[in-house]
Amino acid sequence: MNAVAMTLKQFGYENKAFWRNPAAAFFTFVFPLMFLVIFNGLFEETQFYVPAIGAFAVITACFTNIAMGVTIARDQGVLKRIRGTPLPAASYLVGRVLHAVFIALILVGIVTLAGALFYGVDPPSDPGRFMATLAVGAASFCALGLGFTALIPNEEAAPAVVNAAVLPLSFVSDIFIPSDHAPAWMQTIADIFPIKHFAQAMLASFDPTFQAWTSTDLVVLGIWGGAGLLAALRFFSWEPRR
Amino acid sequence: MTPAAIEVRALKKSYGDFDAVKGIDLRVEQGEIFSLLGPNGAGKTTTVEILEGHRTRSSGEVTVLGHDPGEGERSYKARIGIVLQETGVERFLTVAEAIDRFRGFYPNPRPLDEIIEVVGLQEKRNDRVRKLSGGQQRRLDVAIGLAGDPELLFLDEPTTGFDPTARRNAWEMVRNLAGLGKTVFLTTHYMDEAQHLADRVAIIVGGRIVAEGPPGSLVGDSATQTKIRFRLPPGSPPLPSAAAQASRSHDEVALRTSEPLPVLHALTEWAIENDVALQELSVSQPSLEDVYLDLTRPDHGGDP
Repeated sequence: MNAVAMTLKQFGYENKAFWRNPAAAFFTFVFPLMFLVIFNGLFEETQFYVPAIGAFAVITACFTNIAMGVTIARDQGVLKRIRGTPLPAASYLVGRVLHAVFIALILVGIVTLAGALFYGVDPPSDPGRFMATLAVGAASFCALGLGFTALIPNEEAAPAVVNAAVLPLSFVSDIFIPSDHAPAWMQTIADIFPIKHFAQAMLASFDPTFQAWTSTDLVVLGIWGGAGLLAALRFFSWEPRR
Repeated sequence: MTPAAIEVRALKKSYGDFDAVKGIDLRVEQGEIFSLLGPNGAGKTTTVEILEGHRTRSSGEVTVLGHDPGEGERSYKARIGIVLQETGVERFLTVAEAIDRFRGFYPNPRPLDEIIEVVGLQEKRNDRVRKLSGGQQRRLDVAIGLAGDPELLFLDEPTTGFDPTARRNAWEMVRNLAGLGKTVFLTTHYMDEAQHLADRVAIIVGGRIVAEGPPGSLVGDSATQTKIRFRLPPGSPPLPSAAAQASRSHDEVALRTSEPLPVLHALTEWAIENDVALQELSVSQPSLEDVYLDLTRPDHGGDP
């Protein structure tokens, strides 16, 4: 069997296992929708929150899910077992990444649909930019998730370490609150990291009059993704770390 | 002569200043059940993981099924099966799906039904992995190790956590594998397991092989002594000189000797002359466990 078919099979198994855990699957979808309802209810900034929560859903499905899931697989010996078989190591990981992207796309679809139906937010005005943003964003956050596992000492620490990376940045990166009124030093920090660039690209692809489109955002995002991939290639561990 | 399944010469592995494996030689024939025994930290896991291809060696020659495991070739991994001590399986797949997933990794997998039967999980085949008991999960581990129909199977502590019946069943299963012509490389903490299963054992202590051979001959050749025990009521006459070094606690007498026959002769003669009943007299051959404990005692030669 060739590598592509093998990788697709791994995707299939990941997908089957995902839906067999209904509680986990349910909250994967409810979590971003909850934020959508709460923030729109509190601030009525629908043109901001629909794209922003869409971006947050991609970050959750790709970065958070990959970083935690792969760390758990590593510490439970799943990765080591796979490594003792003839399956190309990349096939297993790419299978997981494909599944994460698949879930991310479903989430963005749901958020966009809910935005159109309940909040009167039009779908992205420029589908090409929207697709490009999703592709670069999902790929970069998956790569960052893989690279980030090297920083997670053990599976028990995974949720704390991952949330510590995502949540504070999300508050200053146009995800939970518009960052216009944030102090300059906070904006400077947010400008360095990838979340704000992803959020702004999403905002611009929905409505360029609300947020100006700049391809710099995708370039910075892509550079972060490349760095994540290099970190994964260099520091990724197949052995349990406990 | 058929080539050996595993051939190791002067294998060394160092971690920084620490020499975990200090130059060992091993030869395992095809179709043999070979067991590597040793205390924790003796270099056992390091050796096995080098053979499996999970670790690289510092020096020496290693050939397994004609491959150098250090190369990490997929064609090598396709011919072996590895059952590690701690392993995770996707918990939300069924037993059959989990095995089938791994079958898909190999060019010539073993038929699914056969694998499930060999490990005795027929009744659980459509149950989720998370619903299995500890012993059943271990059997699933072995099943996954068999997925690719390997010529050589590495089994690391295969019966830890099993109840006595499950252990007997697992031994039966390992013997069945050997019956199919598979080579089995077994590491275990249970000496009775090695004694029952292994055609040959090697004992590794401090990074060196200190004894090697069939379990029976290891026991026979060892300096470990035969144990003679009996009860002696208080006020009995003094023991004959042949049994002078016996240790006594209350009315229990125990002595160890490498020449049991003359000692027993002197003892029984003395008992008849003095009209003493040697109650509960027992003579026990040293077991593999006794030999192992002797060889792995911290004060027993080798390295500290």
